[in-house]
Amino acid sequence: MSPASQSARDLMRRDRAFDFSSQQRAWLQFKESMRRDRQFDFMVNVKDLELDISHGPILYIEDLNVSFDGFKAIDHLNFYVDAGELRCVIGPNGAGKTTMMDIITGKTRPDSGSVYFGQKIDLLRLSEPEIAEIGIGRKFQKPTVFEHHTVFENLELAMAGDKRVFPTLFARLSGEQRERIDEVLGIIGLGEQAQREAGALSHGQKQWLEIGMLLMQNPLLLLVDEPVAGMTHQEMDRTAELLLSLQGKHSVVVVEHDMDFVRSIARRVTVLHQGTVLAEGSMEQVQNDPRVVEVYLGE
Amino acid sequence: MGPLTPLRGDTGGQVMLAVVLLVAIAVPVLNLAVPDGNPWHVSTYTVTLLGKYLSYALLAVTVDLVWGYLGILSLGHGAFFALGGYAMGMYLMRQIGDRGVYGDPVLPDFMVFLNWKELPWFWHGFDMFWLAALMVVLLPGLLAFVFGWLAFRSRVTGVYLSIITQALTYALMLAFFRNEMGFGGNNGLTDFKDILGFNLQADSTRVALFLASALALAVGYIACRWIVTSRLGRVAVAIRDAEARTRFIGYRVDRVKLAIWTFSAMLAGVAGALYVPQVGIINPGEFAPLNSIELVVWVAVGGRATLYGAVVGAVLVNYGKTYFTGAFPEAWLFALGGLFVLVTLLLPRGIAGLFRLRLRRRTEAPAVREARA
Amino acid sequence: MRHLRQPSFRLPPAPVRTAVRTGITALLILAMAAIGGTAWAQAGVDAGLDHDSGQGLAPVGAASSPRLGAGQGAARAEDGAPTTRADGVTIDAVVQPTAAEAEGLPAQPPVEQRPAAAQKAPAPPVQTAPTQPPSLETALPQLAERSFKVKEQAAQDVAASGDPRAADLLEALLGGKLYYRTDDKRIVLARRSGDGYTLTDALSGEDLGSAGRRDAKKIIINNRMRSRLRGDIAALTLASPDASVRLSAAKRMIDTKDAANIQALKTQFVVEENPQVRDAIGLGLAIAGLRADTPEERLAAVNDLKGSLYPEARNALDKLIRTEPDQTVLAAAQAARADIERRLENNRRLETLFFGLSLGSVLVLAAIGLAITFGVMGVINMAHGELIMLGAYTTYLVQLAMPNAIDYSLFVAIPAAFLVSGLFGVAIERGVIRFLYGRPLETLLATFGISLILQQFVRTTISAQNVVVENPSWMSGSLALNPALSLTYNRLYIFIFALLVFVALLLVLKRTALGLQVRAVSQNRAMARAMGVRSARVDALTFGLGAGIAGVAGVALSQLTNVGPNMGRAYIIDSFMVVVFGGVGNLWGTLVGGLTLGVANKFMEPSTGAVLAKILVLVFIILFIQWRPRGLFPQRGRAAEQ
Repeated sequence: MSPASQSARDLMRRDRAFDFSSQQRAWLQFKESMRRDRQFDFMVNVKDLELDISHGPILYIEDLNVSFDGFKAIDHLNFYVDAGELRCVIGPNGAGKTTMMDIITGKTRPDSGSVYFGQKIDLLRLSEPEIAEIGIGRKFQKPTVFEHHTVFENLELAMAGDKRVFPTLFARLSGEQRERIDEVLGIIGLGEQAQREAGALSHGQKQWLEIGMLLMQNPLLLLVDEPVAGMTHQEMDRTAELLLSLQGKHSVVVVEHDMDFVRSIARRVTVLHQGTVLAEGSMEQVQNDPRVVEVYLGE
Repeated sequence: MGPLTPLRGDTGGQVMLAVVLLVAIAVPVLNLAVPDGNPWHVSTYTVTLLGKYLSYALLAVTVDLVWGYLGILSLGHGAFFALGGYAMGMYLMRQIGDRGVYGDPVLPDFMVFLNWKELPWFWHGFDMFWLAALMVVLLPGLLAFVFGWLAFRSRVTGVYLSIITQALTYALMLAFFRNEMGFGGNNGLTDFKDILGFNLQADSTRVALFLASALALAVGYIACRWIVTSRLGRVAVAIRDAEARTRFIGYRVDRVKLAIWTFSAMLAGVAGALYVPQVGIINPGEFAPLNSIELVVWVAVGGRATLYGAVVGAVLVNYGKTYFTGAFPEAWLFALGGLFVLVTLLLPRGIAGLFRLRLRRRTEAPAVREARA
Repeated sequence: MRHLRQPSFRLPPAPVRTAVRTGITALLILAMAAIGGTAWAQAGVDAGLDHDSGQGLAPVGAASSPRLGAGQGAARAEDGAPTTRADGVTIDAVVQPTAAEAEGLPAQPPVEQRPAAAQKAPAPPVQTAPTQPPSLETALPQLAERSFKVKEQAAQDVAASGDPRAADLLEALLGGKLYYRTDDKRIVLARRSGDGYTLTDALSGEDLGSAGRRDAKKIIINNRMRSRLRGDIAALTLASPDASVRLSAAKRMIDTKDAANIQALKTQFVVEENPQVRDAIGLGLAIAGLRADTPEERLAAVNDLKGSLYPEARNALDKLIRTEPDQTVLAAAQAARADIERRLENNRRLETLFFGLSLGSVLVLAAIGLAITFGVMGVINMAHGELIMLGAYTTYLVQLAMPNAIDYSLFVAIPAAFLVSGLFGVAIERGVIRFLYGRPLETLLATFGISLILQQFVRTTISAQNVVVENPSWMSGSLALNPALSLTYNRLYIFIFALLVFVALLLVLKRTALGLQVRAVSQNRAMARAMGVRSARVDALTFGLGAGIAGVAGVALSQLTNVGPNMGRAYIIDSFMVVVFGGVGNLWGTLVGGLTLGVANKFMEPSTGAVLAKILVLVFIILFIQWRPRGLFPQRGRAAEQ
């Protein structure tokens, strides 16, 4: 069980507690209570942030470190994703895949390192909703949809738009938006289920709904964690098709265990092991890398 | 979109409001127009009692709004109710003028008794109704805003939040018990004479207060209903069911919570302001944690996340309380305690749950589903 | 979802543990050091001085040593001219010839002779001429005379008799318990019973049966005799072999102006070995020295008083400061006064610390059971306060059942309360809570309902009023660390008890099979089940354990506060605050949190008042939770996130 979702604040606090005097610790805690993501939200205007992908990559992760209880979940990780690329990330359990996603989406704070969206946007300075707002969407390992809402409502809530309190209070669905929802319903094949409560869907359908919600957000970068867990082969094929259709318009990072699925979609594969990149390249290259065979594929 | 649009599809709410309307018409007539000896006569005591129930019902709706739809179990909503009540009480105190026991034209009796020479600064202006009425919503709103801003920003949730709301009302209770606070200490504010120039003891004033309570309940209910049927309401439910997920699709969870929470507190303040002139007293006991927990039970009995269930629960439980404390005072706590246990064990969706289950079975046809889209 | 529950207790990281340990040690050292740099603490403990307040210190029969008897008779004789008699006595307006004349000694011997007289004193009775001390048997009946003159003489003869019973008899005389029978003038001890008295012979202790109201008359004494008696008793007891008796005697004589007493003090000072008693005697002598004629002597006395914590020393210095003509002495006195004030301030702080720790230990006791049910099981038990109340009522019932053995009642009550509350806890878990796992808010409501039922249950079956729970004798009284600082035993014991309960609980969770299972179930229920742990049984036992500890806390609380149906409610919010402040699921957090809150509360009280202090603590916790939502020692890991 990887303690992936652990709060980084706790981590920082503890890790440093070992080598700092109490005064310094107090200062650190003070600094931490003044943390950036805790500051007044109006001081960061996300709208003004401009995505700069002129050098190619849309995501830069450099020299990233996180540890939980002394266990290094991410160890000097460097990882880049090009704009429009579909990238698969594989690796044995505990390799740090989910933790990496947690860091990109602002759920976990790293001990050190940098994470940039484009060349200018420092993701470590933003909160989860802000990261969502600038165009990073995420599908969780365990499908989480709003179970008491209908499929339609789930998509409506995820839809890109002004998500501040008062605009949300007065929001009405326009015809255009309705069409967009219908379109996505078609893509994820849940048109029939539009008015069912999401909680009543099968596991695979929930996975699809969550992907649909991602589409509604219309993100520039999609982080997809184990999209085909619990799916039948047919469903898997459709998912592969869907993800492939996204590349170009969107950048997609897929974390998956199922090798067949990875093989069916991957152009480039990154193998993570013990929190760092073990190998990167085409599926073939990766498969033939002896180190990868040793730690992962050879099992 | 008319003012009643939020009631579309809300059968329970429609029935409930119809009953309130009916009572609001019938009771004043039966009290004022039917002579005393007539068996149809409704006593002023009953009018006031019903008015009290209605203000409780509004309070229960505010709790259901945050508990049922936002997932915040507030064990301190009584604090907002009491603050609204105190704001109104201060106005009523100032209205007494020189008719108090000590006959001081400005200072309320308890201040004279404590040998205070002048009015504390925060009592100024409360002789004006409009300012008091503003404070009725602003004071609870401000407290809720500050408290919520701190709590939601730090992502204090669930049980922790419940417990610190309880600590909040407990701290306020202790504070208001202190004479130095300037709110009459133990005894609170009482001995009110009139409101807006009308004698508080007069039947017509009582009826007017009752009608005001009914109106406040109806307007408050529709306002809450409007919120929960808006997209914001759906976001609230999304937060209740999967807070982290809501954050990841780009909603500022803390702000959504803060807005609805503050609104709920303001409405609770209104309920308190209607309660005080009808019962004629406000004291620190209203801040007691027991009160706040008790009102959660009204909502649980009625059925959470239905709004109208809160109204039904508040009226039923309070009627039960009135009956039991009169007939078997010993048994009331047994009954209330048993109610807590039984409702949570056997009736998790409350009375409205029973009702809704039947309704859904009957009406969940394709046509209806179309309509809901 | 099962993993909503909080995982098991865990020790805080090693540095924290070390810090806690170091802190406690430092506290103890601090306490010792601040006690004034004297050997007080050590000596007090060594001598087994249980009491210092003077109450309950009636010198016991065998206490007064005969060895000073003669000397005291002589010494007393010297104060034949009581020029200090300013107590408004009217009856004896005439200067009286005293024992001095009777014994043929000069009425006003020069001061220098006193030590000589005293020097003779320690001679053992055998060596004293047998005729010299008046015998108790002859002196005592004289008390039945009407004349105060005769009575006073008689009292002095009793004091001088050297008889071990003398102090007791004088004490009885002073306390108005000494009577004489009207028919035969026999001196008796009388105790009121019904309309008359029960009499015992004052000398032989023989039971003389009861007597009517008119059959016995109290021996009346006047103020002059009274003050004399006090001095006599003090002098008699000052020579007692029992250190605690000597100490109380010395304390009573601290600001004596009576030359005889001063002499007795001087005498004893030479031979006294117990540092505490020596200190008190030295103080008395120093205060007397402040009245000396030469500035040098006064200065020496001032220096002797430096650092003394007795209030008499302060008063004497204050008085000196008002009247002292000599600048050097005055400056020294002022410095000494400031020094005393500083030490007193330190002692007050220590006392506040003790009160704080005591309150904290109560909070820890109340909260620790909650920490288990809330922390390990994720269950919000609002009936926890009522389980405490049941424990307190169990104590009450146990005491009802064994009215003649109150001293032992707590040892019965502790296991009984553990069982009673524990069984109630198991019943609550089996009957209600197990249906509500994973729904913490519903559990909160249901258990609140149970708390109302339990309250009303006690009101209906026992009483709506508070009941009286008695303190065993060993719980009353206090441990005097120095004259300005004494710790009451009940608080001290409850503090120790809280620590014991804490350690016991820690051991149960760390070392026993049940503890292992509890931790396993709370971390991963499904896995624990797969490994063969019967999770339902573990739940019930864990809840029972938490509830049982609440019961035990109730026993302790019954010794400190009122026991009534509402007592639980007073603790529930505080208990939750402690658990939340310390960090859920962490016993160490509960300990540190409880003690911290207790101490903080008590330190604020002097400047803010009790209510405001409590409000401030609540507000502080509300703000603290914003800052560290998971308390002082947060749980970590995935489960804690949800």
